[in-house]
This record gives sequence, structure tokens and C-alpha cells, in this order.
Amino acid sequence: MIEFFQALADPDNRFLTYAMAMGGLASIAFGIIGTFVTIKRISYLAGAISHSVFGGIGLALYLQVKMGISWFDPILGAVLAAVVSALVVGLVSIHAKEREDTIIGTLWAVGMACGILFIDKTPGYFSLSSYLFGDILLISHRDLVFVICLDVLIVGVVVLFFNRFFGVCFDNEFTLLRGINTTFFYLFLLVLTALTVVLLVRIVGIVLVIALLTIPPAIAGFYARRLWQMMLYSVLLCALFTWTGLGISYSLALSSGPTIIVLCGTVYLVLLAANKLVFTHNK
Amino acid sequence: METDISLKNVSFAYKKQPILENVTLSITHREFASIVGPNGGGKTTLLKLLLGLIHPDKGDIQVLGTPPEKARERIGYMPQYAHLDMNFPATVLDVVLMGRLKKSTFWFSKKDRDQAQKAIKTVDMTGFTHTGFNELSGGQKQRVLIARALCGRPDILLLDEPTANVDHETEENLFSILQELNRKMTILVVSHDLGFVSKYVKTVICVNRQVVFHPTTLVEGTMIKDIYYGDLKMVRHDHRCRGPLP
Repeated sequence: MIEFFQALADPDNRFLTYAMAMGGLASIAFGIIGTFVTIKRISYLAGAISHSVFGGIGLALYLQVKMGISWFDPILGAVLAAVVSALVVGLVSIHAKEREDTIIGTLWAVGMACGILFIDKTPGYFSLSSYLFGDILLISHRDLVFVICLDVLIVGVVVLFFNRFFGVCFDNEFTLLRGINTTFFYLFLLVLTALTVVLLVRIVGIVLVIALLTIPPAIAGFYARRLWQMMLYSVLLCALFTWTGLGISYSLALSSGPTIIVLCGTVYLVLLAANKLVFTHNK
Repeated sequence: METDISLKNVSFAYKKQPILENVTLSITHREFASIVGPNGGGKTTLLKLLLGLIHPDKGDIQVLGTPPEKARERIGYMPQYAHLDMNFPATVLDVVLMGRLKKSTFWFSKKDRDQAQKAIKTVDMTGFTHTGFNELSGGQKQRVLIARALCGRPDILLLDEPTANVDHETEENLFSILQELNRKMTILVVSHDLGFVSKYVKTVICVNRQVVFHPTTLVEGTMIKDIYYGDLKMVRHDHRCRGPLP
């Protein structure tokens, strides 16, 4: 671990400093949005959104390399695909009552498959693994600007509409009866989730997104009594896991995304088991 | 007497299955009525029509002299709590404050908090203001949801099975609170325990595709049996009801 801190202090290792800054800043967005995803029980929707992101990345690479549309870079493709799929998935979950999970499962798989097909038709070799499992060490200055903007947006929106989001998550019907446009706020929440997912894909990749979005809030849920407390604890836990995971992955030469996920997954399961034991013991 | 709620020839069908047929009903101000009927008979549908959450296929509904959607702000609604997430991180005050949500403001004011505290006091939950909602018993949760319905200072209170899954003592307690509130507002309670509620309410509204309104005179056991198709076991015959209106 000591060599990790030495490496961090070394000005040549700019990428490590970026990675640590990215981890900390991204945790603000993850903790807040992750809390909503967990309490509204829409992690399945978040999964569908994250896999459709791959379709957007594939499309962008195809347009860029094959069609020569140079401004259409993968980040733009990812953001576009995430927002469109958030709206589609949201409308499906509101209107298609019985078939909801089937339709969302289909969108999930089709989004992913489209991405692969686009990449098949794009000349050149692309390392899929950094999209699938993330690579926080490839973070650039531009990504940092992007995450700061997203943090400002999310914190601002949540402070302004906290009570409305609370209502939509806890009791949608009652909130609607109080004159609030619940459909709008639900879709708004999904769009924010989509933007956060795009950011997460850079760090832990498409496949592992759900874990980093839901595990810190799940742990926070053990100890928080109020919604804002759950958000705060989630942000702190998320930063802690990302930083510790980065340190471990650097020291042991492991992939950063999976290291972070295994770390927070293990902590969650241990705490869950411990809580169960204490609970049954007290009974 | 002022009429709070009126339905004229209202029909509603779900997937071509008629739920309510040709219902005409009028409820006066400060009525305290229980809506009873078998499962699937249309009790919840009737409530949802009154809240404007669904619209009738035929007929006209007026609540407080306007279409239901416009009257929402003046209706206090308590849903069945079974559909709420029991692990949601919220205190009693957080839940009750939802009743003060408004289109025009983003944050809760001092006045909103005061009204919420007052509503919590009305249902005897003052000691639990900062307790987690998920730490409460079933009966306490019901009381909190009544407080939430109350704190918008409604003219009409609609409660969907407020005494489901609570013991008898809690049930008595809840209904005496409602009886007290009835001095100021109209109350409609969905219940499947006719025998018990008839002790408190002024009127029984039987819903099973048709709606039969029983104010003030003796109810005939056979009539309630007709409504329930004979599957109701316990019926008290000493409450004030009479046969169906023409």
C-alpha cells in the first residue's frame, strides 16, 4: 500500500491523481442517484440503461471510423443512448404493466447486441474490456470536467426538488394527488440516472455498473433513518470503496473496476450476515 | 343540506369487465359513511373515481361542486399501507409532511411543519415525530397515514381499509379519532368489517357493481346478503339502515 501513496505523490503518475479525483467526485453523483435507484427499486431499469449505453458507444465508433463523422465520439453516443433508453424504459415501466420486465429485459439485450454489431462493421480493433469492465486509469482531464458538471447538476436538482423526489419514490399515487406531475419527476430521475450511468461506465464498466450504484446505498440503508442521511452515507461509502479499491488494484496489479466491486460486494455481504446474526441473537 | 359528492349514472369497466354499473349516489356534508362490499366489488374503484385517478366510461361525478381532479387539494386520502416500501428511510414527520406537498412551493415552511405536528397530535403520535416510519407497528403506521391525509386540512377524508391488519383495540381507537374528526369533515371509509363499523358510522354504502345507500333505518339481513351474494357471515342487525333507494 505504501508504494501506492508514493506513486500518488509522484508527478509522473498524473493518471493516478486523476483516478483518485475522479473516484471522489463521481461518488457524489453515485451516492445520491444510487440512493434513489435503491429506494425506488429500479436497479433493473438502471441495468437496462447501462447496457443500452454499449449500443450508443458502438454506433459512435461506427459513425466516427467508418462514416468519418469525427465529432460523434463515443461519449456523445453513450450519453445519447443512455438518455433515449431512460425515457423509453421509463415510459414502458409506467404504461406496460404486466409485460414490464420482459420488455425491459429485451431492451437490455438488444441495446448490448446492437453495440457489438456496430463494432463488427467498424474497421480496426477495439478493446471491449475497458467498456465492459471499466478502466479508471484511462480517465482524462475532460472526464473530470464532465463529472464536476454532473455533480453540480445533480446536487442542484436534488436540493431544489427533494420533497417531490421523496414523494415520487415513497408514494407516487399520493404525490400525484397533491398536484405534483409525478410522471415528469420520475422520468427526470431516470434521465439523471442515465447520465450517472455513463459516468460509471468509465470507472467500473457496463457490466458492473449496477453493483456500484446499489451496494453503497444498500449498506447506508442499514444505518440511515432519513433519506438525506442515506444519500450522505452512500456518497462517503462510495468514495471509500473507490479509493481503497484503486489502492488495492494498483498494489496488486489487478483491474480497477472488478477490484472495487469485489471490495464493496464483500463488505455488504459481511455486514448483511452480521446484521442478521445480531438480529436473530436479540430475538 | 350541502352535497359534497354526487355521482350520476356512473359506469366503469376494466378490460370490458363491468366494475360499477349505472351508479347514482349523493353524499351530504359531514356524512360519515362506510363503503362495504365483497372483494372485487368496486370499493377501491369508487374511491379512485372520486379522486379522479380514473375516469368513468359513462356518467358524471362532482366532488365539492367541481370535477374530482380539481377537488384533490381539498381531499385527504389515506391509501392501504401494504403497497408502501417498509424499508424506506423516513421519519414520521417526513411522511406526514407529504400531505403538505404543493405545486407552488419547493420546500416546506414553518407553517407546514406546524400543521404536520398538529396532525400528528390529532392521531396521538406526538412522541413518535422523529421515529422511523418502518419502526412502527401496523396500527401506528395507519395513524401516521391518517395524519398525512389530515395535514392538508381537507374537507373530505377518504380512507381505504384503515383498519386492515390491526387488532380490535387499535380499530376502536382509530374509529373514535375519526368520529371526532367527523365534527368538521365528511368521511368515507372503505371497510370489510360491516358489523364493527356500523357502531360508528352514520351510513353504510354497499358496493357490488351496483351501489346501495342505507341511511338511518333498519337494515334487513337478507338485503345485505343479496349484496354479498350470501357470503357474509356476521351481520349486526341493529344499525340504522333501510332498503335500497328507488
